[in-house]
Amino acid sequence: MSMASDVSTGAPRFHLSKDVQQVLYRLLATGLICLALSIATDAFFTANNILNVLRQASLLFFLASGLTLVILTGGLDLSVGANIGLSACFAATVIKATGSPALGTLAGLATGLVVGICNGLMVAKLRIPSFIATYGMLWVLHGITYYYMAGESIHGFPPGFRQIGSGYFLGIPIPVYLMVIFLLAGTFFAQRTVWGQQIYAIGANPVAARLTGIPVNRRLILVYAFSGAMAGVASIVFLARLNSAEGDIGEAMTLPAIAAVLIGGASLFGGVGSVFGTFIGALILTLVLNGMNLLAINANWQPLVTGFIVVFAVWLDMYGRKKT
Amino acid sequence: MSDQALPTRSAPRLPSIPGVAIMLVALSMGFALASPGFLSAGNLSNILVQSVILLLLALPMTLIIMTEGLDLSMGAVLTLASLVLAIIVVSTKSLLLGLGGAVAVGVAFGLVNGWLVSTLAIPPFVATLGTLGAAQGLALIVSDGQSVVGIPRFVRQVYSGDVMGIPTPVLIGAGFYALFHVLLYHTRFGTYVCALGGNRDALTLAGVKWRRLLISVYALGGAMAGVAALLMTARMNAGHPTAAIGMEFDAIAAVALGGTSFERGNGWIFGTLMGVLTVGILRNGLNLMAVPSSVQVACIGGLVIFALFLDSIRGAKS
Repeated sequence: MSMASDVSTGAPRFHLSKDVQQVLYRLLATGLICLALSIATDAFFTANNILNVLRQASLLFFLASGLTLVILTGGLDLSVGANIGLSACFAATVIKATGSPALGTLAGLATGLVVGICNGLMVAKLRIPSFIATYGMLWVLHGITYYYMAGESIHGFPPGFRQIGSGYFLGIPIPVYLMVIFLLAGTFFAQRTVWGQQIYAIGANPVAARLTGIPVNRRLILVYAFSGAMAGVASIVFLARLNSAEGDIGEAMTLPAIAAVLIGGASLFGGVGSVFGTFIGALILTLVLNGMNLLAINANWQPLVTGFIVVFAVWLDMYGRKKT
Repeated sequence: MSDQALPTRSAPRLPSIPGVAIMLVALSMGFALASPGFLSAGNLSNILVQSVILLLLALPMTLIIMTEGLDLSMGAVLTLASLVLAIIVVSTKSLLLGLGGAVAVGVAFGLVNGWLVSTLAIPPFVATLGTLGAAQGLALIVSDGQSVVGIPRFVRQVYSGDVMGIPTPVLIGAGFYALFHVLLYHTRFGTYVCALGGNRDALTLAGVKWRRLLISVYALGGAMAGVAALLMTARMNAGHPTAAIGMEFDAIAAVALGGTSFERGNGWIFGTLMGVLTVGILRNGLNLMAVPSSVQVACIGGLVIFALFLDSIRGAKS
């Protein structure tokens, strides 16, 4: 809310007390879940499982970090999951055709980026409400991907490429390093750059942002482009991990990604949230799903639990607003 | 009809360019030229029959969107209701019990959706995305991922039967269309629904308990998903855990094509009917031309974005 005024006065860029409080609550929740799981099952507190959780969280985080910026502006990107599918399939095709993982990676990232820019143009220029524009985009992408793949799958990639998803460096999975890099870069961008602060300002009060002279449309296109590009990143890591591309590869990831952002403390009304919060959100959600796995709970319960968590997180946000 | 003091809303004037009508005619002409089988009596009746399930979802979706809401959970709830119906019918052989169960499931989800949206003030697209996950999960859980088969013949009759030569589904669709028309334009409830999207403050000032009203709109959507589940089960002759996934998109598409606005609370129930027929004709025509279902989905997605673009232009003008 008061982020907009921060920009103009040059005051400290985040409210230490409240932000730190929020982060502490979430870290506490993370700790409690870990504690509960360590007690409930022997399999949880093993190096292997912890690394596994981190690797799974990293995939979710790539997607959710881009989405965070979109939600900070008060928008939503429902097409991220479908975007992964299309980007992964295009990347796989290029790798197969040229034998070059670098070109394939580039193709995946470019696909994600182009989709994101289209979303941004629809929202900023055509003034279509973001949730419905990206919802339409979701089905367009689904259609293209399913048509393109025709039920086939592409598999078997060079070992070097697969390292991105399943390799280790110093005993830690490579996606985890990528997650840390994106976490630092994303946090720096959102908290310490003018563009990042303008994104907060747009979400807090779009009209004021426009009047302050912030190029709102260009920033909006930027966040959707960023969200698309991060879906591209996720698709590459996913592809390298699964060693196989299918049309429905990212389908089930949209809801968890949104959940991660909301658990992380972002508000759907814009202006509130952080990339670091989303990181913790991704961690919490992954821990819960991992714990359900370890406790041998049928995987069919996962969407139900994720759905419940989404609603609960939004309710917490609404409840917090009412009180203040 | 208008025994109340309230001014009842008569059917609204046609918007300046009924784009959906043009689209409908253009599509029909295009398909008639492209594939000779399109205009046959059998195929036209087919289009009507196949559009009924969509109509049953699109009618309440119109009302929901008019309240500046959205229900993304409809397809998943329809799937779950269809499974519940199949399970009940297979074990009890009673159509009424089955339908009752399906409608109850739908209403339960509708009430939850309405409660989340009105009382907890959670944005509808996220609230219903959450319940979508819940319904999808429950569908997998109750069916254990398997189809429910062995549907008795009397259930199948609901979809394949006819009354005096008119297919039963078409009669059901026509009945519900009439019901919704009356409900929206000739009852106090309809007037309030219009106000929910357009001017919620006025409702509060008029002393209307609008939260309860909003919940009932979503509950109505759930109930209709339950009714649609009967036709869906009868059509597929089975309950399938992924039967209607994505169906809400066709419904939202039909409403958007029909000219109901996502932002200004004005809806047009006849437009929705034309939107449903447009989607139905598009799918049927593309099927006849052997275009894969995936491309159909992409086409509908493109059409929706186009319709929304037109809507936003209209919004900017007014």
